[in-house]
Amino acid sequence: MMKNDLEAQLLKNGGTVDLSLMESLGYDEFSRCLLAEVKAGGRVAALFGVPGEGKNEGLELFALIARDRSAQIAVYRTEVGTSFPSLTQSCPQIHLFEREIAEQYGVTPTGHPWLKPLRFHRVWQGDTDVWGRPPDERPRPGDMEFYRIEGEGVHEVAVGPVHAGIIEPGHFRFQCYGEKVMHLEISLGYQHRAIEPMLLAGPHPFTMAQMETIAGDTTIGHGLAYCQVIEALSGCVVPERAQSIRAMALELERLANHVGDIGALAGDIGFLPTASFCGRLRGDYLNLSAALCGSRFGRGLVRPGGVLFDLDATLASGMQTRIDEIEGNTLGALNLFFDEPSVLGRLEGTGRVSRSVAEDLGLVGVAAKACGVPRDSRFFHPTGVYRQLFDEMITEETGDAMARAHVRLRETMVSIDLLRRIGTSLPAGPVKVPVGPLKANTLAVSLVEGWRGEVVHVGITDAGGRLRRYKIVDPSFHNWSGLAMALRDEQISDFPLCNKSFGLSYCGFDL
Amino acid sequence: MRTTILQLFLHLFLLFGLSPLLSGVIGKTKALFAGRVGPPLLQLYFDIWKLFGKGMVISRTTTWIFRAGPVVGLAVPLLASLLIPFGPVGAPISFSGDLIFFVYLFGLSRFFTACAALDTGSSFEGMGAVREVTFSCLAEPTLFFVFIVLARLSGSFSLDAMFGQTLATSWHTAAPSLLLILVCLFIVTLVENCRIPFDDPNTHLELTMIHEVMVLDHSGPDLGMILYGAAMKFLVLGALVVRLFLPGTTGNMALDILLFIGGLLFMAVVIGVIESVMARLRLLRIPQLLVGVSLLSFFSLILLLR
Repeated sequence: MMKNDLEAQLLKNGGTVDLSLMESLGYDEFSRCLLAEVKAGGRVAALFGVPGEGKNEGLELFALIARDRSAQIAVYRTEVGTSFPSLTQSCPQIHLFEREIAEQYGVTPTGHPWLKPLRFHRVWQGDTDVWGRPPDERPRPGDMEFYRIEGEGVHEVAVGPVHAGIIEPGHFRFQCYGEKVMHLEISLGYQHRAIEPMLLAGPHPFTMAQMETIAGDTTIGHGLAYCQVIEALSGCVVPERAQSIRAMALELERLANHVGDIGALAGDIGFLPTASFCGRLRGDYLNLSAALCGSRFGRGLVRPGGVLFDLDATLASGMQTRIDEIEGNTLGALNLFFDEPSVLGRLEGTGRVSRSVAEDLGLVGVAAKACGVPRDSRFFHPTGVYRQLFDEMITEETGDAMARAHVRLRETMVSIDLLRRIGTSLPAGPVKVPVGPLKANTLAVSLVEGWRGEVVHVGITDAGGRLRRYKIVDPSFHNWSGLAMALRDEQISDFPLCNKSFGLSYCGFDL
Repeated sequence: MRTTILQLFLHLFLLFGLSPLLSGVIGKTKALFAGRVGPPLLQLYFDIWKLFGKGMVISRTTTWIFRAGPVVGLAVPLLASLLIPFGPVGAPISFSGDLIFFVYLFGLSRFFTACAALDTGSSFEGMGAVREVTFSCLAEPTLFFVFIVLARLSGSFSLDAMFGQTLATSWHTAAPSLLLILVCLFIVTLVENCRIPFDDPNTHLELTMIHEVMVLDHSGPDLGMILYGAAMKFLVLGALVVRLFLPGTTGNMALDILLFIGGLLFMAVVIGVIESVMARLRLLRIPQLLVGVSLLSFFSLILLLR
C-alpha cells in the first residue's frame, strides 16, 4: 500500500487539525498524494481554495479525502499561483471542485476537459475571470457554450429554468437522436446566494438560520453538520441526550423525504394510490418533527452545543405510539407500489448508472447505494448515537430507478427501527451546553449523512478565531453528474422519472 | 324528416351537454380511490366556460394554422358524432362507406393538431406531434378491423346499420368476435383519448406527454375549444363502445336513452378505476401493445370468417 508514504494529516469525523502545525505540500506532491489516495479507495469529500491571509499571497488548496474503511479523513494542503495542472483527467470526481475553484478565485486548472462556469457568479477576489467575463456585472446563469451534437435527425431540447411543476429552477440541455438522449448537460446556479462568502469572519448571529436554509429539505442535515464544525472548533462536548434528539430529527427528516419521494415517483408514472398516500404520510413525519421542535422542517432545533428543545417523557412515548401507527400505513403504501407489475415494468432498467461510473464520479448517498457502492457516513464515519446504534447500511445492485426507489424503501424501514431504538434508550441529562470561543488557525471537518447523502462542512479559522473559510458540499454537488450519465442512451420521456429518482437539490448545489 | 331532425337535436344535445360530464366522473372515481374529495363533477364545464371568457396569448412565430388546429379539433368530433348512433338514437347522417369517412375525419383533426403543434416551433410540441402521429398510425388498423367485423356481421357499410338493430342478434351468433372487438375498441378509445396506461392526462411533465404537449401553447378560447373537442371525441368513441356493449333495446325510447347514458357513465367509472390502479407504460412499450391489439382485432375477423 502507498498509504505509508503519504504525509497526510488524519482526522476523525468531527475532528480538528492545527493549521500552524500542518505542512503545505508542493503541488506535484499534493497531486501524487491525492491520486494515490483515490486509487487506494479514498474519495474526495471536499477540495477547495483558501485565499492567503496577506494581500498578495497566493491561493491555498485543501483536499479532504474520506478513507471510508478506516473511518479517517486525510487532509492535504498545497499552494498554487494563477493556474495549476488539472487532475480531472485522472480523477473525474474532482471535475466540479476544480471548476468551482476556477470560478471563485479566477485560478485556471489547465487541461481541464470541461472548464465551464458552475454557478455564474463574479470572481470572489481580484478581477481575473477565467472566462473573460466582465468583472462589473453578474454573469447570466446558463450563459455558456453547451455541448452540441450535429447531424441528420439530431435535435436539441432545452428544458427550464422555468419548469411546468412547482420545483426549483435549473436548465437541462438534451442532445437527442429521435427519442434517444445522446447527451444531457445540466446548468445550475439560478439560486446562488453566495452563502460561503457570507460566513467569512463569522459565525454571525444569523449564521445558524442560513445553514438551515442551504437546502430547506435538509435543514437538520446541514444544521447538524455546521454545529459539529463549531463544536469541534470550540472543543465542546455535546451531551448524549442532545445527540439522541439530533439523531431522531435526522431520521425523521430522512423518513419524510424518502416517503415523499416515493410518492412523487408514483405521481410521475401516474400510479395514483401511492402518490396520494405518501403525500399524506410525508405530512405525518413532518408533523412528528413539529412535535419535537415546533417546525415541520426541524428549524430551530439543532444549535451549537446541543438542541434547543428537550423531549419530555409523555412526548417521547406519544411519538413512539404515533410512529407505530404510521409505520403500518407507510409499509402498506410502499408495498402497494413495489408489488404492482406496471410500476416494476416502468422503473426497472430505467436510468441505469454502472458501479464504475458511480465510483469515478464520486456519487454519494441514495444514488451511490443504488449502484452497489457502499457510502454512508452514519456507518463509516459515525458520530453520536450512530456509533452504537447504526449497523444496517443499505445497498442495491442494479443502479436503475428501481434500485434508487428500493434504497429509499429499505432505508425507511431502517430509520423507523432506529427511531424506535433511539426513543427507548434516551439517556438522561442536559440537552445543551455552552459553546466557548473557536480555536485559532484550526481546520474542522464534519460529515453528516443527510437523507440525500453525505453533507460535508469544513471550517477554517483565522488567528483571531473567526471563520476564514467555510466550505459546504451538499450531496447534490456530486450527484447531478450521475443524473447526466444516467440519461445516456435513455428515452427522453424517461427524464422526469430519472430526475425524480435521484431527487437532487438545486439550491444545495447553487449555495 | 321529422325523425332525422329529432335525431340531430338529440345528438347535439347529448354531445354538447353530456361530454364534459364524463371527464368529471373519471376525476371523481380517481379521487375516490386516492381518498380525496376531488374536483366537482362539473369542473370541465366551469373550465370551458372560464376559458371562453379569457384572452389569448399567441406566439409571434405562429401562422393561421395554429388557430385552425383547435377549430378543426372541435368540428371533427361534432361531424363524426352525426355518423354514429347514440344508443337507440339513430345517426342523423348515414351513407354507405361512411365508416371510412369517420376514421379519416379523426385523421384530419390529428393532421391539423400536429401541424398547429409544429407551427409553434417548440421542440416539446414537435416531439409530441411525432409521438401522436406514430401511435395513431398503429391504432388505426385496429379501428378498421373492428369496423370490418361489424360490416361483415351487419352486411352494411354504414355505421348506423353496423351499430344498429342487427348488433343484438349478432351477439348470439358471433359472440367471441364481438367480445374481442369490444376489448380492441375500448383500448383504441383509451389511446385516442390519451388515458393511462398510454398517456397521463394529469401530468405536468412535458417530456413524457403525448397529446397534452401538443396543445401547450394554446390558451383562452382556443384551449377551451380543444378541451371541449377532446371531451366530445371521448364521448363519440365511448358511444361506440357502449353501443357494442349494450346493443339491446327495451322498446321505450326514454328508457333506452337513459340506459345509454348510464352505459357511458359506467365506462367513465371503469376508466377511472384503470387509471387508479395502474402506472403508465414506458413510451417504448406503447407501440408493442398497439400492434398486439391490432393482431387481436385481426383474429376477431378470422374467427368470423372461419
